[in-house]
Amino acid sequence: MKIHEFQAKQVFRKYQVPVPEGEVATTPAKAREVAAKMDRFPVVVKAQIHAGGRGKGGGVQLAHSLEEVETHAKAIIGMNLVTHQTGPEGKTVKQVLVEAGVDIEKELYLSLIPDRETASIMVIASQAGGMDIEEVAANTPEKIIKVYVNPLAGIQPFHCRNVCFGLNLPAPVMKEFTNLLKQLYQLFVENDCSLVEINPLVITRDKRVLALDAKMDFDDNAMFRHKDLLEFRDQDEEDPLDVEASKYNLNYINLDGTVGNMVNGAGLAMAVMDTIKLAGAEPANFLDVGGGATAEMVENGFKIILSDSKVKAILINIFGGILRCDVLAKGVVEAARNTKIHVPLVVRMEGTNVEEGRRILAESGLELFTAADMKSAGEIVAKIAAA
Amino acid sequence: MSVFVNAETRLLVQGITGKEGQFHTRQCVDYGTRVVAGVTPGKGGTDMDGIPVFNGVQEAARETGANCSMIFVPPPFAADAIMESLSAGIELIVAITEGIPVLDMMKVKQMLKMSDSRLIGPNCPGIITPGAAKVGIMPAAIHKPGGPIGVVSRSGTLTYEVVFQLTGKDIGQTTCIGIGGDPVNGTNFIDCLAAFENDPETKGIVMVGEIGGRAEEDAAAFIKEKVTKPVVGFVAGLTAPPGRRMGHAGAIISGGSGTAAAKIAALKDAGVHVCENLGYIGEICADVFS
Repeated sequence: MKIHEFQAKQVFRKYQVPVPEGEVATTPAKAREVAAKMDRFPVVVKAQIHAGGRGKGGGVQLAHSLEEVETHAKAIIGMNLVTHQTGPEGKTVKQVLVEAGVDIEKELYLSLIPDRETASIMVIASQAGGMDIEEVAANTPEKIIKVYVNPLAGIQPFHCRNVCFGLNLPAPVMKEFTNLLKQLYQLFVENDCSLVEINPLVITRDKRVLALDAKMDFDDNAMFRHKDLLEFRDQDEEDPLDVEASKYNLNYINLDGTVGNMVNGAGLAMAVMDTIKLAGAEPANFLDVGGGATAEMVENGFKIILSDSKVKAILINIFGGILRCDVLAKGVVEAARNTKIHVPLVVRMEGTNVEEGRRILAESGLELFTAADMKSAGEIVAKIAAA
Repeated sequence: MSVFVNAETRLLVQGITGKEGQFHTRQCVDYGTRVVAGVTPGKGGTDMDGIPVFNGVQEAARETGANCSMIFVPPPFAADAIMESLSAGIELIVAITEGIPVLDMMKVKQMLKMSDSRLIGPNCPGIITPGAAKVGIMPAAIHKPGGPIGVVSRSGTLTYEVVFQLTGKDIGQTTCIGIGGDPVNGTNFIDCLAAFENDPETKGIVMVGEIGGRAEEDAAAFIKEKVTKPVVGFVAGLTAPPGRRMGHAGAIISGGSGTAAAKIAALKDAGVHVCENLGYIGEICADVFS
């Protein structure tokens, strides 16, 4: 679960990670009010969307007067911000963060992520902060420092020293930076983060360390123990069909193609998408109904696929293990009746109670194509979608 | 012969009294697996279908000689359950549970490094040696005993599809292992490849991967250097968009790494017979393993 910059900075404050003074505003008048309260310039007006690259897209502006704050806020709130992370359709900005400008001496990069290979928390730092860090990593990997923290022991002083010396930090800054890093680590493990990123982390002219930006992502699987974080969720930032699917406990991702598909199991779902593509069509979605799918989940999956107007045909491929084929077949029949299905449907199923499942489909009176195996399933549905 | 589980395996089920635990324990018993104990804290002294239930793993293992544990404990308590088995010295731990927080699994993994136990999973269908023992949730009927093929996979139903096609071509399996779809897991491809390479009855290997991480690339390097038996490979997720998690927590293309194309290239380079269209994997196996 991703959250906004201003929310991440609230979490930072809670952990004594220093951030510039500022507040979020949903109207230009409120933005002006926030700036007036701070009473110093310049002030930065930053668009609040989940995607990065906001500065390049015109979503971050510097203001030197209250009038300018209001003008910039007016321009940014409601704008459709397109960045390399939003996709070409962009994102509508609903709010801005109004923040005190900072006298910057040096820009650093700092992030924490779980490293799957070493089962450690990886601290990534670089002196080349502020700019495109992916580029730095690709072209000058020696400028990236990586330190691995064993979660059983937690962060130790030597980890911090390795980062400090690696960043070539001036001595007066080291203590403050070390405190920040330790706090960040606590924040990371106590909130089950999957990413904490500060870019840039700045050293000011008066030798303070300050998180100018904040990006935070949480492990969805751990949200059961962080109910407090759930209020940060902004469903407007998510695909509406994805949100709908998550209500029904379905694993759905909307894609650009025309062949809707419903599969049990994530790996098999991906393989089915690939099969559709190899047969010459494009998948309209990824939909994993899971191993324990019920007839009701199948029906809801159907509704979501059908609400995507791009869909010209649907392929259902179920390998019945825990999910029995007769249960699936009943769900399909029920869903087809209730949703008044208007596109051709290809069904391929195999596994537990398959004969019973096939009988239910055959006797349902539904107009559907049954495929004997996976390859013919892909070919049939691609042919229909192309017609 | 087989790898990791056989007719001698003495199975203990953690979470045996839950709905899933009960159902799948019965399926395993029906298949012939020797289920010797169950563990549900607070229900010690009772039984499930005559299988004694204990409050803790250590006691269960001591009383019944269990050497393998299958875990159906819900995600918030699953890491604890794995750690309990680790601490009790259970040789093989098979964690079926899906949705364990990454941070919990990182701690488990660090403990695992300090122990002699083997963990399979989490978020996996388990392991089956057809005709001998089933420790997991896979549909038993699709398997064909007697070998000669070993199967290892990151995905559940995808494995069933592969096994189904193998059996359809009259190709049996020695052992089928689902290593799970989570970013941090126990047994990896390399462990399984090494075991199959050393198992005299296994004559060929099918390896099923998916996007995310670099497990397939590491496996490819291992195959190139150490595996002499023929390997057929499949990688799911050619059409998966970057930055989106495809169901499995571990299946995500991030920062340009973890793509199916890169994994397929690495496998091909290692001499693996890569099947690009899952619909044909049975035919390709029949061809390669004949």
